[in-house]
Amino acid sequence: MKKDLVLSLNKLSKRFGKVIANDAVSIELHRGEVLALLGENGAGKTTLMNMLFGHYLPDSGSVEVADSSGNMHPLPLGNPQAALAAGIGMVHQHFALAENLTALDNILLGSEKLFSLGRNTSAARAKINGIMERTGLTAPLDELVGRLSVGERQRVELLKALYRDARILVLDEPTAVLTPQEADALFKNIGAMTKEGLSVIFISHKLREVLAFSHRIAVLRHGKKVGEMETAKADQRSIARMMVGEDSPVTKREKLDPGKPVLHLNAVRVTGKSARNSLHGVDLTVNAHEIVGIAGVSGNGQNALAMLVSGLVSPDEGELSVEDNIITRFNPAAFIKAGIGRIPEDRHHHGVVGAMSVAENLVIERLDDTEVQNRGFLRSGAIGAIAEKLSKNYDVRGPGAEAPARLLSGGNIQKLILARVFECAPKLILANQPTRGLDLGAANEVSRRLLEARGRGAGVLLISEDLDEILALSDRVMVIHDGRINAANTTDRQAIGMMMAGEAA
Amino acid sequence: MEALEIFLNVNFWAASLRIASPLIFGVLGALICERAGVLNLGIEGIFVAGAMAGWMAVWLGAGLWGGVAVAAFAGAFFGLIHAILTIPLGLSQHVSGLGVTMLATSASYFTYRTALPDVSSPPRIVPFQPLDIPILSDLPFLGPVLFQQTAMTWLAIILVGVVWWVLNRTPLGLAVRAVGDNPDAVDAQGLSVYGLRIGAVVVGSSLMALGGAFLTMSAFDAFFFGMINGRGWIAIALVIFASWRPGKALLGALLFGAFDAFQVRLQTQVGAFVPSQIFLMAPYVLSIIALVLLARGADYPRALLKPWFKGQR
Repeated sequence: MKKDLVLSLNKLSKRFGKVIANDAVSIELHRGEVLALLGENGAGKTTLMNMLFGHYLPDSGSVEVADSSGNMHPLPLGNPQAALAAGIGMVHQHFALAENLTALDNILLGSEKLFSLGRNTSAARAKINGIMERTGLTAPLDELVGRLSVGERQRVELLKALYRDARILVLDEPTAVLTPQEADALFKNIGAMTKEGLSVIFISHKLREVLAFSHRIAVLRHGKKVGEMETAKADQRSIARMMVGEDSPVTKREKLDPGKPVLHLNAVRVTGKSARNSLHGVDLTVNAHEIVGIAGVSGNGQNALAMLVSGLVSPDEGELSVEDNIITRFNPAAFIKAGIGRIPEDRHHHGVVGAMSVAENLVIERLDDTEVQNRGFLRSGAIGAIAEKLSKNYDVRGPGAEAPARLLSGGNIQKLILARVFECAPKLILANQPTRGLDLGAANEVSRRLLEARGRGAGVLLISEDLDEILALSDRVMVIHDGRINAANTTDRQAIGMMMAGEAA
Repeated sequence: MEALEIFLNVNFWAASLRIASPLIFGVLGALICERAGVLNLGIEGIFVAGAMAGWMAVWLGAGLWGGVAVAAFAGAFFGLIHAILTIPLGLSQHVSGLGVTMLATSASYFTYRTALPDVSSPPRIVPFQPLDIPILSDLPFLGPVLFQQTAMTWLAIILVGVVWWVLNRTPLGLAVRAVGDNPDAVDAQGLSVYGLRIGAVVVGSSLMALGGAFLTMSAFDAFFFGMINGRGWIAIALVIFASWRPGKALLGALLFGAFDAFQVRLQTQVGAFVPSQIFLMAPYVLSIIALVLLARGADYPRALLKPWFKGQR
């Protein structure tokens, strides 16, 4: 089916210092089309879209956009206002919303004459209500954005673009923060919008939604476009191969009988400052040889659970026991000694001390080990040897063991943390969002190591917002919602999604 | 009890409002800067510059309102220095602000000394006089309290309403509030983050300077060294007390003015038994206590103190 061209990127290139972020990438978009832009982290997807929207100035190449009557015009580059005026709207992964303003004010921001004595919003309201009716995107206009849910905020972002008469919409990982239901609703809305002639480019890591909702797929690798195909002719395997350049190993989970309980929570209640930091009467058991996945939308108490199992907060009520011992001292050092290894959610801030060297970070959790210190003095030779061995075994790549840890990439920081945790042979591993933001290669490595620890006899508590990851790795799936944890007893995505949204399954 | 009778005294309330006036200017100015995401610790020096520049202009022959304009311009000038250092260049707002305070203070003293090398007692000008509005001034109690005030106090009170209106009821105010919360939101909508922030700091700084000018052109009639005496810092504290809202800023300034007027009067009553320093200290101690209680739960503008650079997100 031949459709009208609305956007064409011609050989866009951009380099940052020595790194080539985009190398002569050309992409075309047609009217009413949904194009999925795929690639690993660092493949250059976001850079490409930022050039289109004028946030970055390309080193070479050009962009042409169709006006409302279909004639192509060159777009002035490096100018967000020109992009807005040409009908390009972008929804960033990190929402560009002011939380202290209402949804309506965020939508109108910048569209009114700046210097005027008052505001009349009735015409704008009417227009927005019209858009909401046609597309099914709804948001409470008079509520402060700070009080909206993530899904609502995203709809405000979309309304913002549509209010500005966007004809081309760029969405950067739009479903990363949504429940499966919210994601499906979003794509339904997108479907309604494309019927009106809107064209959409969305960036995603999730092959499932790419296959389900896009018309065409373009794949970037190392800054180059390596493939393009009709979605109808694509399948998971062929796309994954295109993204990483090789067949990725499929994580295989052999069947194991669960052993004795290593972690048990009995009616644990934690009262945090806000609902998202609270747990209300949680019962949970993790056995040896078992991975228990905690699915849920972020902000439903995962944080409280992770802090509790790390020993950072103590429960107000209830008991926590490791193996058969009830823990009374809630203190991270005691928890490490008790055999709990932690892979924290925010690996950059909570996982490593950025200013300290890779070697120091590798031994920081076992400083009273005589292998590391001698009567209070660090044994730097021994530490260097440990660092060298672990860096090799866990494939931590970077400027070397003596370099500060903050210089490592996210994937290598995660490998450093894996090395530190697994080397202590923990009985229980708390893995909080262990693959978030990692590219496929590093994510596979994390999965492999977690399964390996499970095989060795450790219990793993896996907290993740990525349902695919949970389903692939877990022996049992639990769902956390509003500080309560319930067993899913199913592997059906829809049923789990309902529970994540708080509706009884 | 005699101490309580102070509150029934017309002069006490008139003095409270007079003491509050420079603080109202200062808090409004600091509030505008901070709502846009920029802390302006240049305030103490900008007070000095406004006090000196306004007074000097009048002494040199300008009209009183001419002096007010000169003071506002001096404030805008030092505000622009702070704005350029902290907004496009992204330097530390603390360091730049303290630097501007030192620069503006020294430059004002230097100008004063250079212009008047030989005077031993500060020369005087004819300052703003109390506005006497017929009929209204004759109201019992309220009349004398309000109509002992000069036009500058009235200006301060009117500005509270103006600042509130602009921030909450105009597209410009919307953009200023947005840029103090999330500059990316403003940038994504095609508005200039730098332009909005620089504008807010310049306008805010000229309001601060009016607070200084009030002291030399309304409360007193001459310029002294050290006359600002920490009023700028009090204004910074009052912004937090006011949780960045103009109406509450007025309330906070009045409260502080009342404390100050009360301690002066209490001193004359029980000064024989308690050292006077205790009284002088009281308003400041009370502000610290109020801050400790309030600042912990304060809802700071989210982008306050965070530099933003174009093309980095």
